Amino acid sequence: MSSEFTVRVNGATVSVPAGATVAVAMVIAGQPCRSSVIGEPRGPLCGMGICFECRAVVNGIPHSRTCQLLCEPDMEVQTDE
Amino acid sequence: MSNYSRERFDVLVVGGGPAGIAAAVRSAESGARVGVADENVAPGGQIWRGGPSEGPHSFEASSWLVRLKKAGVIELWGKRVFHHPEAGILLAEGLDDVWELSYRNLVLATGARERFLPFPGWTLPNLMGAGGLQALVKSGLPIQGKRIVVAGTGPLLLAVASYLHKQGAEILLICEQASVSKLARFAVMLIRHPEKIFQGLQLSKDIAGIPLATSSWPVAAHGKRTLEAVTISRAGKSETVQCDYLACGFHLVPNTELPVLLGCRTRCGYVQVDELQQTSVPGIFCAGEPTGIGGMDLAIIEGQIAGLAATGKASEARMLFPKRERFRRFARLLDETFCLRSELRSLPSADTLICRCEDVSYSRLREHTSWRAAKLHTRCGMGPCQGRICGPATQFIFKWNPDSVRPPVFPARVEHLAAQPQSISEVTGEVQ
Repeated sequence: MSSEFTVRVNGATVSVPAGATVAVAMVIAGQPCRSSVIGEPRGPLCGMGICFECRAVVNGIPHSRTCQLLCEPDMEVQTDE
Repeated sequence: MSNYSRERFDVLVVGGGPAGIAAAVRSAESGARVGVADENVAPGGQIWRGGPSEGPHSFEASSWLVRLKKAGVIELWGKRVFHHPEAGILLAEGLDDVWELSYRNLVLATGARERFLPFPGWTLPNLMGAGGLQALVKSGLPIQGKRIVVAGTGPLLLAVASYLHKQGAEILLICEQASVSKLARFAVMLIRHPEKIFQGLQLSKDIAGIPLATSSWPVAAHGKRTLEAVTISRAGKSETVQCDYLACGFHLVPNTELPVLLGCRTRCGYVQVDELQQTSVPGIFCAGEPTGIGGMDLAIIEGQIAGLAATGKASEARMLFPKRERFRRFARLLDETFCLRSELRSLPSADTLICRCEDVSYSRLREHTSWRAAKLHTRCGMGPCQGRICGPATQFIFKWNPDSVRPPVFPARVEHLAAQPQSISEVTGEVQ
């Protein structure tokens, strides 16, 4: 796809289509969005901003709901520990 | 510091799905100053969701979206309503902005979410809602060649399987918990709803060749750090299927948190409305799934009735009553067909987490006799989702009744709460 660009997820470079959400980038990267209270890896569940399972650290901001947030070129995303 | 803006409307609509768009259009075409706010970044809600991998909207969606533009509705996308500081005012937040939205009349079209039922392994990454996975694919997740099991209950399963199949996924199996006799009765009753038959036929053409198991449901998900396989119960036997994703949802539950916060009366979990879609609070209308799970056609009719009634066009609204009645019969049929079988109550094992926010297990919850007691003793339902996921699950498993709703209805940034004109001393909700 011509309109792809890259973001970084836990240090790894991931290519995403323009208009993709940050949650999509994390699933493509195979990285969990957050670590739960007892330390389980978690990823997106509802896909519509309700369950809060997909929250991650986006450009340094913790608890960002990644399914409601569009990727921007060179974004830095990390699993919310 | 976030920007603080004020807007004043004759009619404010909360929710930008089919019901909300239809309400906004009919109100604005009546000459009122109308605003519509939704947390999603684009109009359409869940069912008319746009995205990078999406083609153009359906004819019906596009024509409503064109009317929305033409009617001059003020569109506030990416703004989540989180608080109701005083009568006639709602607060919404964007990424770095707060909006004080005042209104004379309000239409609540807050839609529905999937119901999730806990079973061992259900918290593994790549196990998502059926609509959840579809939303991610529409938002750009490549799915070509991925092996997917679709499970749960409701017409959404077939729609999602069909969609994912068209996107190149390999759908291994659809597990529907309803029995074949219930589905057969559903199919027969569809004859009374010609427009649904057409959708149904299209769907069955799209999913031809995909195995559909009835009286079938997931009993365990397996994997180390992510989903690798799922064990399903099928015709009384269990079998394990290797897969990349499990798309799993048990029909829908209405989003009634905001209506309840505003004092709207509910009955059996749904917002009570009169014939003009007005709630128990004068000037507040409600349309679509919060008044009963009935699908898009009913939502559009209810939205139009609410939008017309909110601008004093009751006689025009009444012309839509016969159509609404027909779609309501379809809603009742959905309820009867896809009601949950009792076996699903015993899916969790002792250490299965029920509350995913606070990691509260089944064994810790079963000691309690009410939602309130469980919340106080275990923090179940006290995390950021505020019980939106575990609430409907515990309601089904333990038959607990939901509690009252407290502001803010969604976790909000402290500075956004502080930005409001009124004291927030009564605010006791969770803030991250």
